[in-house]
Formats: sequence, C-alpha cells, structure tokens
Amino acid sequence: MDERKKKISIEGVKKRFLSHDGKEVIALNGVNLGIYENEFVCVVGPSGCGKTTLLNIIAGLEHASEGKVLINGNPIVGPGNDRGVVFQQYALFPWLTVKKNVEFGLAYKYIKETDPSTGEARYRKLTKAEKAEISEKYLRMVDLQDFSDSYPKELSGGMKQRVAIARGYAMNPEVLLMDEPFGALDAQTRAQLQEDLLKTWDTEKKTCFFITHDVEEAVLLASRVVIMSARPGRVKEIIDVDLPYPRNQATKLMPRFNEYKNAIWENVYQEYLEVKR
Amino acid sequence: MLSKMNKGVPKQKERKLKDFSDGSARVRVLTMVLSVLCGVLLWYLLSILPGVGVILAGPQDIVNDAMPELMSDGSDGQFEAYLLLKHIYWSFRRVLGGWLIAFVIALPVAFLMGWYKTFRNILDPWIQFFRTIPPIALIPLVILLMGTGERSKISVIFITSFLVMTVTIYQGVKNLDLTLVKAAYTFGAGDLSIFIRVVVPSAFPFILTAARLGVSTALTTLIAAEMTGTFYGLGSMIQTAQIYFRMDKVMLGIICIGVIGFILDRLLLLAEKKLTRWQ
Repeated sequence: MDERKKKISIEGVKKRFLSHDGKEVIALNGVNLGIYENEFVCVVGPSGCGKTTLLNIIAGLEHASEGKVLINGNPIVGPGNDRGVVFQQYALFPWLTVKKNVEFGLAYKYIKETDPSTGEARYRKLTKAEKAEISEKYLRMVDLQDFSDSYPKELSGGMKQRVAIARGYAMNPEVLLMDEPFGALDAQTRAQLQEDLLKTWDTEKKTCFFITHDVEEAVLLASRVVIMSARPGRVKEIIDVDLPYPRNQATKLMPRFNEYKNAIWENVYQEYLEVKR
Repeated sequence: MLSKMNKGVPKQKERKLKDFSDGSARVRVLTMVLSVLCGVLLWYLLSILPGVGVILAGPQDIVNDAMPELMSDGSDGQFEAYLLLKHIYWSFRRVLGGWLIAFVIALPVAFLMGWYKTFRNILDPWIQFFRTIPPIALIPLVILLMGTGERSKISVIFITSFLVMTVTIYQGVKNLDLTLVKAAYTFGAGDLSIFIRVVVPSAFPFILTAARLGVSTALTTLIAAEMTGTFYGLGSMIQTAQIYFRMDKVMLGIICIGVIGFILDRLLLLAEKKLTRWQ
C-alpha cells in the first residue's frame, strides 16, 4: 500500500461518443489510475488513445460515460478552480494584456478569512491590488514581468505558453492539468520551458498531470510515466522514473535516463504499430 | 556550335516576393488624391464632348447651374433658401436613424442567435429570406403599413441594415474560439460571465465591421426609402431632377451621398482601429 495521499482517483472510467457517421466510438475503456498529491505524472500514448479526453474528464470539461473520477475523495461534477488547465493552443484572451490574462481567473477566486469581531469564517473576493500582486509574482516567475502590458499577438509561441503557465499557477490550484503544452514549440524553447516548469514545480509543489507525445519530455519531467494503449484507451503500464529531483536538461545525460527513455519508447512504439494495423 | 552551347543554360531571372503592404502613407494619399483629380478631369473632358455633354452634366454644370440654385440664400424669391443643405439634413437623419435603431436591435438579436439554438433556428429562415429581397420591392408594403411619413423611410433603411448587421455580428459570435470558453470555464466562470467576458469581446471586431456594413447599406437603401414619397432628401432630389432632366442635380446628389458615405465609413474605421488594437 502506498501511504501517500491520493489526490485524484480515476476508477473504471469509460468514455463513449458518437462519431460523425453515427458510429459509436469508445475513447476510453476502463481507465484506472491514482494520482498522488504533489507528484508529477506524465501520460504518453499514440495519438487518438484518449489522453486529452481523460484530461478533459479530470478538468470537468467532459463527463465519463461510466466509472468515476474523484478529487480529494469527492466526485468531479464540473470544472472548478481546484484544478487549473494549460492548453496546447495557449488559450490566451487576445483582447486582454498579458497581465489581465493572468488575472482573468482570479475574479472567480474567493479567499477565506476570519471575521475579526465575530471570529467566524467568511469568504471574500480578491481586491484589485491583491490580483495585481499575484499576477506580478507569477509573471516574474516565468520571466515576463516586462511584457505585462503587451497583447498576446506581440508575443512568441514560447512566451504565450509561459503566460498560460503563469495564469495556471496564479489560480493556485491543487492540480495542474497540462495538455501537450509544449507540443507546438521549437526544440530550444521547449527545453527552456521544461526547465522553467521543473524549477517552478520545485519551488511550488503541485500535483501535475501532463500529457505529451514526447517520451523524452515525459521521462525528464515525471515521477511516474503512464503509458496508454491504442484506442480504446486503457492504462497499459505505469513506470516509476527513479531519477532524483531537482532535474534539469543535464539529467538527460544520465545513463539511467536513456534506459527509461528507451524502454518507454519501445512500449509506446508497439502501441503505435497497433494503431497502424 | 559554341554559341549554341552558351545559349543552352538560361540565365535565371532575379525574383522578389510580391510586396503586399500598403506602402508609405505619403505615397498612398498622394496616389488617392491624384486618382480623384484625374477622375474629375476625365469627367469634365467627357462632359464637354458635344455628343456626351448633352446627357452627362460636367463639374462645371454643377458649379454654374445646380449650386447657385440649391445653395441660394432665398433673397431673390425664386428658389428656396439652402435647399441642398435641407436635402442633406433629411437624408442624413433618415440614414442615421434607421442605422442606429437597426444597430441597437441587431446587437441583442445576433447574440441571442449565437447563444440559443432555438432562437437561431426560429429566426434564421426569416433573415435568409428577407436578405435576398431588394428594398424597392418592399416599398408598397411599407407605404401601406406605415404611410408616407418619416417612419416609412426609416423603416426601409432599418430593415436592410438590420439584416446585414445581424448576420455579420452573428458570424462573429459563431466565430468564437471554443478553447477560450473552455479556459474560462475551467477557472470557474458561469454562463453569464463567459458571455460578458469572452463571447462579447471576442465578437467585438465583428460588431465594428457590422456597423460599417450597416452604414453603407443604409446609404444604398436611401433612394429606395425616399421613394415612399417626400420632398426633402437627396434621394428624392435625384428622382425629381431625373424627371426634369436636370443631370447636374442628379450628379450633385450622387456626389453628396458618396461623400457622406465616405466620411461615415472613415469615422467608423478610425474607431475600429482605436478599439481593436489587440488584433
């Protein structure tokens, strides 16, 4: 038995949907997975294996056809700000400045405080100054403090994704869900952002659920790599990556890194061949 | 033999990617002004040709005949004072009135169509149906329903610009990037909040485009609107001038409508540039 606290537990999740020609497609076929508090889980698998569907179900954007997903022991019924999502397409609001983008979600956040006179707990919204303070802090964390008044169109892809990550962190969610966030970036930017993310995760631990198709990325970031099978998606294998944190690009030079990478790669490739067949 | 061999390898011509930019502002404005001046000159030259001049009034006819008549101060008792300004005033009022009412109603209608399926399905066939009908065809009906007063004129302009603006704004609402909605949703935003903070700003550029399209449609409908019977108005001025074969007045009317349209469009374009810097 693992005595770590389970943050999210996915139990027998099935997802069916109808394709355009009316045929039933099974995207997920009985997924079981537990995600522990503050761990970094990466999910790899051939395209179309239902990785994104699984993430959407955890995020509350889609609902499972069967089975259940629990967060802190409570079933997930919809989106909530205990979970933050970073999308591959950045999803920044183009009409808002970088700073306003980071502050966007804070409007829905309540903070708990005790009434000094009665001693009762009460909830209130964040003040303008508090929001500004938070956005400033996280923009500094992703090194974009000088761009806080720029519009997203003025930023490069890597910078946009850094804003999105800052926005995710600013909400201070318990779980950060990331759907191939670096998928559209060039190799150098990607390496930089991986390192940034590792550093951020090191200073502010969060439960991370990270989808990628890049096995190397998965081994670099994750404490556990979940390999999913070809459609209908199931958890094929879970591999513990026993490499010490803090990690950085130099971690890739460790011999054990390559062992993990090759083993996982081979496993994923078999699934890929399965898809082709 | 040798010369033939030299010819064998064709020299590659230097090629550049076509320049799609607008170029410098100075050159652009200069070209535009020159184009207008040349156009007026060509118009003048055509109008002094003996054969053409009978039909086509030239700029000199406008200055010599139409303007003194339409802009007289009325002191000689022969013409009504500043008639052209009155025509412009009434037409402008109708265009602006019809367009404004249309804009104010098109906004909620288009957003409701974008937001509620049922509403969209109920309205869509009607909008598509009326969109193809030329405004002139509606006039007998409008006169019967509204009479020949100002209401009927504003109604005709309203109908056409309302349809154009509704369709355009609706396109903008439909154009919404769903990832942005998902993002807002994951932050815990409710439907109303998503509508105000995501749907409306994302459709904003389309709203401004719709406003511009609406103005030009309102102006093109002006003549039809003023066919419902009126004395004052640029449209009726053109129609009356046609009956008396005063081509100078016809040309002046056309120019006035064109200039009003140009000015309104530029103003809206300016607003668009100011308000959508993020694009």
